[in-house]
Amino acid sequence: MTDTVLDITDLELRRGPRTILSGVRLQVSRGEIVAIMGPSGSGKTTILRAVAGLERFQSGQIDVDGVKLAGAADIPKPTLRELRRKVGMVFQFHCLFEHLSAIDNVCLAPVHAHGVAPADARARGLELLRTFGVDHRATALPRQLSGGEAQRVAIARALAVDPPVLLMDEPTASLDPERRADLGALLQGLQRQQRTLIVSTHDEDFARDFATRVLRMRDGVVHGQA
Amino acid sequence: MAQALRPAVGLAVALAFLGPLLLSAGVARFAFNVVFAAEPPRVLRWAGDPEGGAPFVEADPSRPERVVGFDVEIATLLAAGVGRAPEFLNITFASIDQSILRGDAEIGLSGIEDTPAHRAAMAVTIPYYEFREVLSVRDADASRFQSLADLRGKTVGTLGGTIAYEILLRAEREHGVHVKSYDDDVHPYSELVIGRVDAVLLDNVLAERRHRTIPGFTIQPQTVAIGHYVGVLSPRNAPLRDRFNEVLLGAMRDGRLERILRTWSVWNDDQPALHERLLAGVPVPAVVGLDAAASVATMSGWDAARRYFPSLLRASVITIVLSCLSMALAVTIGVLIATGRVYGGRIARGALTAYVELIRGTPILLQLFVLYYGLASAIRLPAFVAALLGLALNYAAYESEIYRSALEAIPVGQLEAARTLGLSERQVLTLVRAPQAFRLALAPMTNDFVALLKDSSLVSVLTVLELTKQTQIFATNLGSWVIPGTLCAALYLAMSLPLAALARRLELRWRTVPQ
Repeated sequence: MTDTVLDITDLELRRGPRTILSGVRLQVSRGEIVAIMGPSGSGKTTILRAVAGLERFQSGQIDVDGVKLAGAADIPKPTLRELRRKVGMVFQFHCLFEHLSAIDNVCLAPVHAHGVAPADARARGLELLRTFGVDHRATALPRQLSGGEAQRVAIARALAVDPPVLLMDEPTASLDPERRADLGALLQGLQRQQRTLIVSTHDEDFARDFATRVLRMRDGVVHGQA
Repeated sequence: MAQALRPAVGLAVALAFLGPLLLSAGVARFAFNVVFAAEPPRVLRWAGDPEGGAPFVEADPSRPERVVGFDVEIATLLAAGVGRAPEFLNITFASIDQSILRGDAEIGLSGIEDTPAHRAAMAVTIPYYEFREVLSVRDADASRFQSLADLRGKTVGTLGGTIAYEILLRAEREHGVHVKSYDDDVHPYSELVIGRVDAVLLDNVLAERRHRTIPGFTIQPQTVAIGHYVGVLSPRNAPLRDRFNEVLLGAMRDGRLERILRTWSVWNDDQPALHERLLAGVPVPAVVGLDAAASVATMSGWDAARRYFPSLLRASVITIVLSCLSMALAVTIGVLIATGRVYGGRIARGALTAYVELIRGTPILLQLFVLYYGLASAIRLPAFVAALLGLALNYAAYESEIYRSALEAIPVGQLEAARTLGLSERQVLTLVRAPQAFRLALAPMTNDFVALLKDSSLVSVLTVLELTKQTQIFATNLGSWVIPGTLCAALYLAMSLPLAALARRLELRWRTVPQ
């Protein structure tokens, strides 16, 4: 009996006349690392965005650890709030808040959205940064960080609110091979904490080496749930 | 022999080169004479301000491109007296002296007062009219406000830069009245009737003219001072002035001047007495009833500067306080407009866009007039409040555009990242978007603040006595712009340079690393 943490059924997503996703079905168990592969424009990123509640879709259903998103309507605010506790997202270009230091980026949501005391949030934030080896950069501004450092700060920021599911959009795109191996190890560490990871990527080797399952997308349709 | 020849050869060579030059210069002068010489002496250019209106100079109601009035007829009289044709030049009242000195026109005629300053800086004609400065009060106050001494603690309006204004400045020191200076002679009376001022001091010609069209005020019979209208010329044109004086004396002798003044219903018993004195060669003082020694025109430039500097400093305080308060309000309103335009619904967006375009598309002077005079029947804002609101509402439109573009410059990715972290839309704005937008907006905002500091001079049209207005008054009384203009520029720089420096430091601080 597997513990399903993400269940997508018959997801249809159109923008104007263009069909972005069509009949997407996907089930992910707790602790999996799922790699979604496919050419540019195949819909990989859109699936992640839909799960994160950033896209409106026309029909189908997404169930994230008990939070249900239905198509054809705006997501109600309470549902959205619940969803944010379940899903964290790391964007391809990190999207760190440029006016805040690394540690303040990590602490912003715990303090303001989840009511954690600033001192506690800071202690936990520093711990996360230490876990990912960037605690020495805690007071640096985003534009002073290297690509790899910024990515690890972005992962720490997403994990600061402790979501069971972490979505990562093209995390290997800007990394050299050595850094890629470090990232893989980091993801496996998260997996051991029973966190579920869904990663969109172009990188065959990375998917083969670190994912527990690889999906392939073409033209908005998921093929071969290997 | 050869040596003796050398200078002759040199001369011949020089002539060979210079000859054609001299010849062509001669031809050019001849051509110039043919083309231009016939014209200028035949025309007498005279400067006046039709905004002053009847009976001085006003646009002919039936043919607005033509002017009529007693000053127009006197100009015609003077021109005919020296064998020229009058040509009218429309010049703002306050700039007539400068325009004459520049040589735009030969003479200024527009109810111009004979003052010590005019006598010091210009060539003035003999007076062609004697007037009395009279006090006007609301009908209900006719018995209690009969002289300036009765008006302690009350506000008295007048036209800026006039003898009446000088008299009121003295009364401010001696009787504790408050002076309010206007740029025209209509608003003092309309403001008297609605209660914004308690009395108006201006000459009897202006008072009687307004009394015919604006009901509700009484002209007190007591004469506060006696003054005269004169023509003003550049000191270079003193000989022409002397010829004009002869023409005026002739017109007094044969009754042509009386006919002109009667046509415009300004003839009274003071005039024959004036004519008699002038024809008898008795000197006529510029002003009776205002101590000439008190006038700055008779002081040295630096004494005058010392005397006026405190009032310029006070005016600077008005300027800086007004600018700071307006900017604070403009920033607040601008933030609200920008937020509404970025986040609001269709109707709110449309209304706010319309507001911004309306404000940006119309002159700020018009907006200030509407706010202060236009709305006076509905809501009577004090001048300072109207100035503050006018500047703030105007600048808010420009500020909002800065904030809107700054808000839109923050990458969508950051906003989405903030949303996925569980921040509400309001928190996304206040914690992520606005702080970064503010840093982007800082430089253009500073720029606008410096611009506002200078635009605040426009509120002098609402009778607020700020730095530029005070400088203008100073310059009018002194008859020169050199010292007042220099002091004024120095004071503006003293205000704007520290501001610019402060802004640069803030920008630097927010850009540097907090490491």
